Amino acid sequence: MAYSEKVIDHYNNPRNVGTLNKDSKFVGTGLVGAPECGDVMRLQIEVGEDNVITDAKFKTFGCGSAIASSSLATEWLKGKTIDEALTIDNMDIVEELALPPVKIHCSVLAEDAIKSAINDYRVKNGLEAIALEKSHH
Amino acid sequence: MKQPIYLDNNATTPLDPRVLEAMLPYFTEKFGNAASRNHAFGWVAEEGVDYAREQVAKLIGCTEKEIIFTSGATEADNLGIKGVFEMYKEKGNHIITAVTEHKAVLDTCKHLEKNGARVTYLGVKEDGLVDLAELEAAMTPETILVSIMYGNNEIGVIQPVKEIAAIAHKFGALFMTDATQAVGKIPVDVIADGIDLMAFSAHKMYGPKGVGALYVRRKNPRVKVTSQMDGGGHERGMRSGTLNVPGIVGLGKACELCRLEMESEAIRLSGLRDKLESTLNKMEESYVNGNTQHRLPHVANISFKYVEGEGLMMAMSDLAVSSGSACTSASLEPSYVLKSLGLSDDLAHSSIRYGLGRFTTEEEIDQAIAVTEKAVNHLRELSPLWEMFKEGIDLSKIEWAEH
Repeated sequence: MAYSEKVIDHYNNPRNVGTLNKDSKFVGTGLVGAPECGDVMRLQIEVGEDNVITDAKFKTFGCGSAIASSSLATEWLKGKTIDEALTIDNMDIVEELALPPVKIHCSVLAEDAIKSAINDYRVKNGLEAIALEKSHH
Repeated sequence: MKQPIYLDNNATTPLDPRVLEAMLPYFTEKFGNAASRNHAFGWVAEEGVDYAREQVAKLIGCTEKEIIFTSGATEADNLGIKGVFEMYKEKGNHIITAVTEHKAVLDTCKHLEKNGARVTYLGVKEDGLVDLAELEAAMTPETILVSIMYGNNEIGVIQPVKEIAAIAHKFGALFMTDATQAVGKIPVDVIADGIDLMAFSAHKMYGPKGVGALYVRRKNPRVKVTSQMDGGGHERGMRSGTLNVPGIVGLGKACELCRLEMESEAIRLSGLRDKLESTLNKMEESYVNGNTQHRLPHVANISFKYVEGEGLMMAMSDLAVSSGSACTSASLEPSYVLKSLGLSDDLAHSSIRYGLGRFTTEEEIDQAIAVTEKAVNHLRELSPLWEMFKEGIDLSKIEWAEH
C-alpha cells in the first residue's frame, strides 16, 4: 500500500518525540492501544496558564500511519486550550494525512490518546474526567 | 527511483534470464498447440513440453508420466486434495493437515469440510515442526490423505516428510506435500521421501508465474485424482486445458538450472543467511522464529521486540521484505503461522521475513543488516514499549485498553 506524502513526512521526521514528567501535575499522559493489536500510543501534554497546552510529546509503537497520526496530534495540540483540544476529531486527522479506510483506526487511537491525556490532567487537578465516547474500532 | 534490495524471494523470484531465453521461441515461431497431433507446429510444441517434463521429473526423481502441469501450486494443491477426496471417498473421508499450511491447502480443506470431509488440523511444536506422535494418534481407518508441507513459506522450517509419509502409509493413507518452497532449493526425491502427491510452482524457483505442477505417483501405489476441470482431457484426463507451452518450457528449464546449481547455491545462500541472521540476532531483544536446524537455506524470520513490523518495513523502504504483522488487514490479526508457534501477538507483529535468492549478493546482505539495525533503533526511540522495557516495567502486567 502506498502512503501519502504527509504520512511519509511525519514518519521520517516525527515531531515532538519524547517524554514529559508524568508525575508533574501540569502533565497529562494518555496511553492507549495494546501491543497485541500492533499499536500503542503514549501522548503527553503539558498545560500552562489559562488551560493552554504549552508542550506535547508522543511515543508510538505501530505502523507508519499510527506514528504519523500521533505526530500530527502533538503538532495540533500545542498552543490550543484544553477545550479546543477536545474538539479534535479523528476524521480531521484522516483528512489531513489522507489515511485509507484500513488505517482509520490509527486516527481513532490518536483521538483517544488526546482525550485520555486530557482526562489524566483533569483528574490530577481535581477535575472530573470527561466521559469518552466508546471507541469504535 | 533506486530499486530496493529484493529479499522477498519466498513471495516470488525473478525470472532467470536463461529461463526466459528458453521460453521465448515458444511465444513466437514455436507457437503451436501441444495437443495438435497432425502437423509440425503441434509436434514442435509437444516436443518442448515433453522435454520440460523430463527436466521436471529429473529434479524430483520421478518419471515424466507422473507430472501434471497446472497453473501453479495453488491449482496443484486444489487438484491433489480435492482430487484424492473425490477419488477415494469410498475408502474414507478423513484428511489430516497442519495449521501452518499455506492457504491453498487450508482453504481447500475447509471447502471439503462443507462437502462431507472430516479434517484434522495438527498444531505444531514451538519450532514449527509437526509432532509425529500427534500425527500418528490422529490417524484413523477413514484417513485417506495426509497433507503436510515440505518447507514453510514464512519461517522456512522443513517438516520430517519421510517420517510423516511412513506414518501415513502405515495406516493406508496417501501422503501429499506442498513443496512450493522446497523444490529447487533442497534435494527433494519423491521416491526416497515416500511422497504420493506433490505440488510446486515455477515462480518460486526463477521460472515464470502461472505455471506449476502436481506430481501424482503411478507405482506403489498407483494414485489417481478426480479432475477438477472438465474439457479436452489433457494431462491424461487429470487436468484439461490447452497446455501453457512457454510456461511449461520455462518450468522445465528452471528445474534443470536448480538441479545443476542447487548444491553450491544452498551453501552460498545459507552462508549469507547465517551472516544476516547472526548479526541481527545480536541486537537486543531480537528473536529468530522457527527451527534453525531443519530449515530451508534462504529464509530468516526475525522478531524485533517493541517495534511493529509494518512500521519497520516502512523505515526499511530500501529493502523489499515482508512482515508477519497485518496492520492493514481488517482483523488486525498477525501471522497465523507465527502464532501457531506460540509466539505472542506482539512478537508476531514485530517479525520480518528475509527471503534470499539466486541474485542476492553479499553486498546486499551487508546493506540489509545496516538498514535493519538503523530502522530498528530509530523505531525503538519512538516506541513507548521500548522505553517501558528499559525502565524495567513488566508490560504483561499493564492493563491495556482493548480496542
